[in-house]
Amino acid sequence: MNDRQKAALESLTKIAEDIYADLDKGDIPAMRLPLRSKRNIEFDPMTQVWKYGNMKTLRTAKTTQGATTMLRTAYTTDFINEMIRENKSSTLREMYYISEGWNRAKFHSQDESNLLAEDLETVTHCLREDFKLRPEEGSSHVYGDINFEIQTRKGPKITNCMDDVSEAGFGIPYTVEKESFAIKGHNLKFVMAIETGGMFARLIENGFPERENCLLVHLSGQPTRSTRRLLKRLNEEENLPVVVFTDGDPWSFRIFASIAYGAIKTAHISDYLATPTAQFVGITASDILNYDLPTDKLSDKDIAALNAELTDPRFNDEFWDMEIRAMLDMNKKAEQQALAKYGLDYVTDTYLPEKLTQMGIM
Amino acid sequence: MGSNEAPAKKPAKSRVTAENLADKQHEISVTEFFEKNKQVLGFDSRAKSLLMGVKEAVDNSLDACEESEHLPDIIVKISRTGEDEYKVSIEDNGPGIVHRAMPNVFGRLLYGSRFHALRQSRGQQGIGISATVMFANISTGRPAHVASRIEGEDEVAWEMDIAVDTKTNRPIVTNDRAFSWPGKAHGTLVEYTTECRYMTGRQSIFEYLKETAIVNPHARIEFHDPEGKAYIFERATEIMPPKSKEIKPHPQGMEIGDMMNYSSISEQKTVKDFLKNDFCRMTARLAGEVCEIAGVSPDTDPHDLGREGSMQLLKGISAVKIQDPPADCLSPIGDVLIKKGLMHTLEGMRPEYYATPVTRSPKSVNGNPFCIEAGIVYGGDIPADGQVTIMRFANRVPLLYQQGADIITKAISEVDWRRYGLEQRGGKGVPYGPAIIMVHMASTKVPFTSEGKEAIAYFPEIEAEMVAALKLCARNLKSHLNKMDKKTKTHEKFDIVQGLLPDLANKVAEQLGRPVPDLSRTISKIMNVVWIEPSREKIPDGRRITYTIYNYTIRPHTFMLHLQIPAECMNDTITGGPLFDSAKEDGKSQWLIKDLAASTSVQVSFELKGEMADTFDPDDAYISGINPIIVMGAESLPGDWGIKGMKITESEEDYVQDSSDEEEGEEELEDEFDNEEDDEE
Repeated sequence: MNDRQKAALESLTKIAEDIYADLDKGDIPAMRLPLRSKRNIEFDPMTQVWKYGNMKTLRTAKTTQGATTMLRTAYTTDFINEMIRENKSSTLREMYYISEGWNRAKFHSQDESNLLAEDLETVTHCLREDFKLRPEEGSSHVYGDINFEIQTRKGPKITNCMDDVSEAGFGIPYTVEKESFAIKGHNLKFVMAIETGGMFARLIENGFPERENCLLVHLSGQPTRSTRRLLKRLNEEENLPVVVFTDGDPWSFRIFASIAYGAIKTAHISDYLATPTAQFVGITASDILNYDLPTDKLSDKDIAALNAELTDPRFNDEFWDMEIRAMLDMNKKAEQQALAKYGLDYVTDTYLPEKLTQMGIM
Repeated sequence: MGSNEAPAKKPAKSRVTAENLADKQHEISVTEFFEKNKQVLGFDSRAKSLLMGVKEAVDNSLDACEESEHLPDIIVKISRTGEDEYKVSIEDNGPGIVHRAMPNVFGRLLYGSRFHALRQSRGQQGIGISATVMFANISTGRPAHVASRIEGEDEVAWEMDIAVDTKTNRPIVTNDRAFSWPGKAHGTLVEYTTECRYMTGRQSIFEYLKETAIVNPHARIEFHDPEGKAYIFERATEIMPPKSKEIKPHPQGMEIGDMMNYSSISEQKTVKDFLKNDFCRMTARLAGEVCEIAGVSPDTDPHDLGREGSMQLLKGISAVKIQDPPADCLSPIGDVLIKKGLMHTLEGMRPEYYATPVTRSPKSVNGNPFCIEAGIVYGGDIPADGQVTIMRFANRVPLLYQQGADIITKAISEVDWRRYGLEQRGGKGVPYGPAIIMVHMASTKVPFTSEGKEAIAYFPEIEAEMVAALKLCARNLKSHLNKMDKKTKTHEKFDIVQGLLPDLANKVAEQLGRPVPDLSRTISKIMNVVWIEPSREKIPDGRRITYTIYNYTIRPHTFMLHLQIPAECMNDTITGGPLFDSAKEDGKSQWLIKDLAASTSVQVSFELKGEMADTFDPDDAYISGINPIIVMGAESLPGDWGIKGMKITESEEDYVQDSSDEEEGEEELEDEFDNEEDDEE
């Protein structure tokens, strides 16, 4: 048991003790947690990321939902403490299944158990990893001229993410902390995070990483914690600029926001996950016009998402305000691969060089 | 208006016999009819003509039974006789038709007793049954078969075949003979073969008979469909509707044509007498005032009034205040019987709630008194995903066609149902949800949009009454929904204190290796209610009602429980119960709950027997002598209960204020977060 785990164990026991004390006094058990909503995130000028503000939510055993969540909290803290003591770990999914035996405390979906794990992080100021909980799979893949040292069963092993891997790239493990994951030299000028697998493969096939000394990171949707953590480390430790290249739709804007500003759900660890200097390449609403890209009509959900972004403090700057309104006005969205309209090489020969030159990256 | 139970039996002399009816029947010229009624009959499609025929016959039977004060027993049979040919038979137990009148009743258009009478009845012109016979006759070439027997030991039954001679509007009778009708004391049977299409669904005969049963709970209706299936709508009550009376027209709201018509046929010699004697609610003083304002000499001969004079009179009438028309010429169904009819017929859908129906006091439009009634049935198996079902009735007759053109639909659309717990787009239009809304208009003359009698025409006075009735009814629904909401919350608290909280205590105690803490104070703080839980259970010939009263607060309470028991149902199981305090003649009863200690419970239990047992709604419970804020499952005793409830004797500071609302609000913020941000990671 290391110090971090010891601290986690103590904090979790404290939660159970507080509940016990309330009951023993004849009071209604209650927990105070930061309000995890877009109304309660604030910009932290120190770290340049968005974190939870001071708004709290009171969870009491007066409502079924509150009481159920508290009962789950009691079961979960007990379960985690046991893992810490016995030096075991489990995936988030395993914890969800283990709750099958918890009767009334059983989780009805994995979202519920994931949320509770995050709740515990916010209350104890520990990390999920300290609770010996991990996501089921490693996250994304990277491709580029960089060496990572990872711990294997046979000992440390160094992998070059261009020479030693297939075109699928190198799979990032679920934890990329220094203890188990080290960066051992590279020949890179910048890092580009890419939303879709199709574009990731296109850029590799076109030899973009080799030509431009770029590390490609495939996000595949909302990036996981370890992906965001890796981007952050590459940016901070290796001073590599990070750019984000996604589809041109409201959901992609949110992917960028979670990388650059911090996600609302994990705002308690934004300074650990977010890369405030990350820049958005596109597809922007202006790209759709400037490059005359093939488009789809916005769905009702897209429009609702865009409108929600207008009231999201993270998007409250001139650039995003203009982009979001422009997209609403033209009522259109476009995919990254729409650039193929001008041929397969267009993205690497024309679009990216133009955009990245404007941004001062190339 | 409250319930209007008439005595079930009346002295024999007031009974209208078939002979009397026959005397009143006289001829109406067909030309006159067609002139007045351009759109006729409603036999415009094959599916509809079948329904119209049954409707005319059933309406007539119900009217005749009512006039003669027989509880109606009606049997409708339909059997298939050819490709598009069906045999229809309708049999009733009405007063019967005298032999000499039979050909004219069934074989001559516009022969009836009501054309000039101003009274509430189902059939408003004598067009129906003979038109049905004529239509059947034309479509298949076969005459109708009719049988009837009038009351009396020495009367025989007569049967005959009748066809209509369309040129002369005269009946052609064949096979006229007396016969013995075993088991039939009195009544009429009409049987005809017609070309038509048999339909099921919203505009079917089944639906028509079902809705007829709702508004005629005193009738027993049997239906045999062409498949050979029998449906029986049993009588829900033995109480006959009060007999409607003929009245003179009410002067207010009359149209010029009516006034000219009345004045030209008046038997009075002077305008003053004409006003005083030919209209209801007119006194000599009022007649004088009207004449003065109208500038018409009171001694003018009413036949000389003409258009000008009639106009003047109408002006005078509109300037004076005249009493509303008398209510007793109308026979509304009444709140109690509407509820019974609805419950009886809709039982299969297991509705969660019957909103107490509303019967408005009579008003008048165009000189005709009318009365609006409304009822709402909610929940259970009533489909929740579409618009509500609207049931429209005029003088106890269901209206199945032209819903969109009907003032009832319009009135329903005018109400903002969102305020009463139903969905409605933009607060206008027919609402959505698991509800059936019924509206009944009783009037001496229902203003239909056409002679097919399918939809009621628009008049602001009628709409206002409908909206008022619907709103009252909707308020009942809303308070029910609120009650249910409160109940759900209380159940939720039970789940917490009985399940989640003990589990939580055990789990943290186990984790920390400490003894399980005592939860009673925490439980009282979470609940902080006196909880009154009603239950109702079916027993032979009635219901057993039980109230379980839990004290989930931190101190003892003394208070009174009040219930409105149907007066007919009072019995020893009520008055003999240990906690029973007292009851009034109208059934308002009270129980004293004395010193109910914290964390204990008591029961009040009794039986209700008889016909009215099922009209008692156990959720309508009231309390006094206790702060209503801490009581769940019963309301504070209303001011109009007629007695003073117990005074609250405990001091206010005894109550721990429940601040749960505020904190629940905070909890909801989390919900919002769950829903909005599930796209992240």
